[in-house]
Amino acid sequence: MEGHSTYQPQGKIARWFESRLPLVGLLHSSAVSYPTPRNLNYLWTFGGILTFMLICQIVSGIVLAMHYTAYAPVSFARVEHIMRDVNYGWLIRYIHANGASMFFIAVYIHIFRGMYYGSYKAPREVLWILGVIIYLLMMATAFMGYVLPWGQMSYWGATVITNLFSAIPYVGETIVLWLWGGYSVGDPTLNRFFSLHYLLPFMIAGIVGLHIWALHHVGQNNPDGIDVKSVAKDTVPFTPYATIKDVFAMVVFIMFFAWFVFYIPNYLGHSDNYIPANPLATPAHIVPEWYFLPFYAILRSVPDKLGGVLAMFGAIAVLAFLPWLDTSKVRSARYRPLFKQFFWIFAVVAVGLGYLGAMPAEGGYVIASRILTVYYFVHFLVILPVLGLIERPSVMPASIADAVLARGAKGAAAPGAKA
Amino acid sequence: MIKRSILLGALAAVAIFAAPANAAEGTDRPHRESWSFAGPFGSFDQGQLQRGFKVFREVCASCHSANYFYFRNLAQPGGPGFSEAQAKVVASSYQVTDGPNDQGEMFQRPGRLSDHWPAPFPNEQAARVANGGAYPPDFSVLAKARSYHVGFPGFITDAFIQYQEHGVDYIHALLMGYVEPPAGTTVQPGLHYNTYFPGHQIAMPKPLSDGQVEYTDGAPQTVDQYSRDVSAFMMWLAEPHLDARKRIGFQVFIFLIVLSGLLYFTKKKIWKNIAH
Repeated sequence: MEGHSTYQPQGKIARWFESRLPLVGLLHSSAVSYPTPRNLNYLWTFGGILTFMLICQIVSGIVLAMHYTAYAPVSFARVEHIMRDVNYGWLIRYIHANGASMFFIAVYIHIFRGMYYGSYKAPREVLWILGVIIYLLMMATAFMGYVLPWGQMSYWGATVITNLFSAIPYVGETIVLWLWGGYSVGDPTLNRFFSLHYLLPFMIAGIVGLHIWALHHVGQNNPDGIDVKSVAKDTVPFTPYATIKDVFAMVVFIMFFAWFVFYIPNYLGHSDNYIPANPLATPAHIVPEWYFLPFYAILRSVPDKLGGVLAMFGAIAVLAFLPWLDTSKVRSARYRPLFKQFFWIFAVVAVGLGYLGAMPAEGGYVIASRILTVYYFVHFLVILPVLGLIERPSVMPASIADAVLARGAKGAAAPGAKA
Repeated sequence: MIKRSILLGALAAVAIFAAPANAAEGTDRPHRESWSFAGPFGSFDQGQLQRGFKVFREVCASCHSANYFYFRNLAQPGGPGFSEAQAKVVASSYQVTDGPNDQGEMFQRPGRLSDHWPAPFPNEQAARVANGGAYPPDFSVLAKARSYHVGFPGFITDAFIQYQEHGVDYIHALLMGYVEPPAGTTVQPGLHYNTYFPGHQIAMPKPLSDGQVEYTDGAPQTVDQYSRDVSAFMMWLAEPHLDARKRIGFQVFIFLIVLSGLLYFTKKKIWKNIAH
C-alpha cells in the first residue's frame, strides 16, 4: 500500500528538505493519503485509541517518575506524597493507574476484533505476531508497574508471579534468586522492576512502530474480510475520513476513561494495596490485576505447578500460532456461520475464566476453571483447525464496494433497518 | 438468539458457582450509609470533618498514628475548613521532637504547620506492647485500605452508581458492630466480639460510647454519629483532594460531551456522501 503519496512539496525549503529526507512525504502517505477500506466499523478505531493510551501512559509515567523513589522503605510514602502534596499528583497517578486498565480494555477489544474478522490471516501473520509481542510486553510492564507502590498486593503479587519461575526444572530456583536479587522479593527487586518498567514502554513503542509499518505495508483488513480490489472504489483516504472517525471514537473512549479517573478511581484496584508491603503478613486472597485474571485462572486450574505455568504461558503463546491454526481461507466471521458461534462461545469462556480467576481456588470454582481451561485450548487446537475444513462459508460479495452497496440497497428497500 | 442463550447459560453457571462462596464468607455485609461525599457532585461536609477530627483527636489518636497527616492539611481547601491561625493553634498544642541543635542534642518544641501528626508510640514494638500485642493501623489511608466483598452482580452495578465508599461503610459498621457474642462463641482473651470484623474477634476494645466526645454544634452525641463523623474524617484523610477531583471531573465531562458532539456532527458531514 506504499507509493500512494500524492505529496508535492510546496516552496523551496520544503523541496530542499524532501529531496534529502522524505519525512513529510512519509507522514503524508501514511496518515493522509493512505487508503482505508470504506467499510471499516468503529472496532477499527481501537488501533488509534491504543496509540493514544501508550502516549498517555508514557507521559503520565514520566511525570510520576519525577516524584517517585524506588526504595522499599519509602516507596509507599512517596506514592502518597504524589497523591497529597504534588500539584495534581492525584490526577496524574489516577490517570496512570486507571490508564493501564483502559489500555488493556482497548487491547482486548482490538484482539477480539482481529479474531472475529480474521485479521491474522495471510498476508497479516507478521502483523499479528508483532501484536502478540506487544501484548506480552504490555503484561510485563503492567505487572512491574503494579509492584512500584509497594503495597501488600504489589509485594505478594510479585512474590507469586516471580515464584512461577521456580517451577522450571533444575534451574528454576536459581532463576528466581536472580530475578529477586536476593532471597525474597525486596528492595533490589523493586529497583530493577522500576528500571524495567521505565524501559519496556519504549520497547513497546518500537514494536508498535513495526506493527504500524507492517499494517501500512499490507493494508487494513475490513469487516467483510475481502481484499481491496480497486483503490478508487473500495477505499477512502485516511484523512479526513479515518482521522475524524478515530478522533471521535477516541474522545468517547476518553469519556469512559474519565468516568474511572474522576469518579471511581479505586474501583479497578485492590484495597489491600493501600496497606504498606509487609513480608510477615500474607493477604487473605492474593489477586492479580483484572486483566491477568483469565491467565491466573488457567494457572490455578492445573494441579501441577510446572503444568500450570506451562498452561498459562501456553495460553498466550498459542495466540502467535493462530494464523496457522485457523485453516479457513475466509477471513471475516460475517461469512462463517459456524465460526461466528464458536467465536462467541470463546469470548464467554474467556470472560468466565476472568471471573473464576478472581474467585478463591476451591470447590466448584476449580471444576469450572478446569472445564473452561480445557475449552480454551480446544478452541485453538481442535475447533479452529477442524472448522476450516468442514465449514461451508456463505456467499461473499465480489468487492468491498459491492458489499457496501448491497447493504445500502437493503437499507433503502427496508426503511428503518440498521445500516 | 444463539448468542443470547450462550450468555444466559454462562451467567447461570456463574450464579451457581458464586452462591456457596458468598455463604462461606460468614461476615455481615456493612450497610451502605448515605455520605455527603458520595456520587458525582459529592463533597465533604466541613462541620462533619471538624466533628470527626475532634473524635479522632480525643479518642482514636491515643492509639492510632496518622503519619501522612500534616497540621497544614487542616487549613487546606477541601478539608475541615480551619483557618491557618486555627491550624497553628492545634499544631502548637503538641510537642514534637526536633534537632539536633548546635549542641548536637534533640529537643522538644511546639508543633508547626509543617509537622505531621505526632504518633502515639515511638515504634511498632512500643505500640504492640501497649495494645496487648496488636498494632493499631495508621489512619492516613485506612479508609481506602479497607473494603468488603460485594460479589456478582453488585460489583458491576457499583461502577455505574459510582459506589466507592466500601472503606467508610466498613469502618462505620465496625465501630457500630460491638455486640454481645452469640451463645456458644468463645472470645479469645484480649479480643472483642465484632459483627463486621473478619473472623469476628478484634483486638480493639469498643472505642466509642454515647456522650464521650462533646459536640458544640448540636449534633447528637451518639456512637452512631461519632462513627459517622470519624469515618468521614478518615475518608478525607485518605483522599484529601476528593472535592477537587469531583469538581474537575464535572468540568471535564462538560468539555468532553460538547467536544464529542461537535466531532460526531463533523464526522457525519464528512462521510455524508460515502456509502459505508
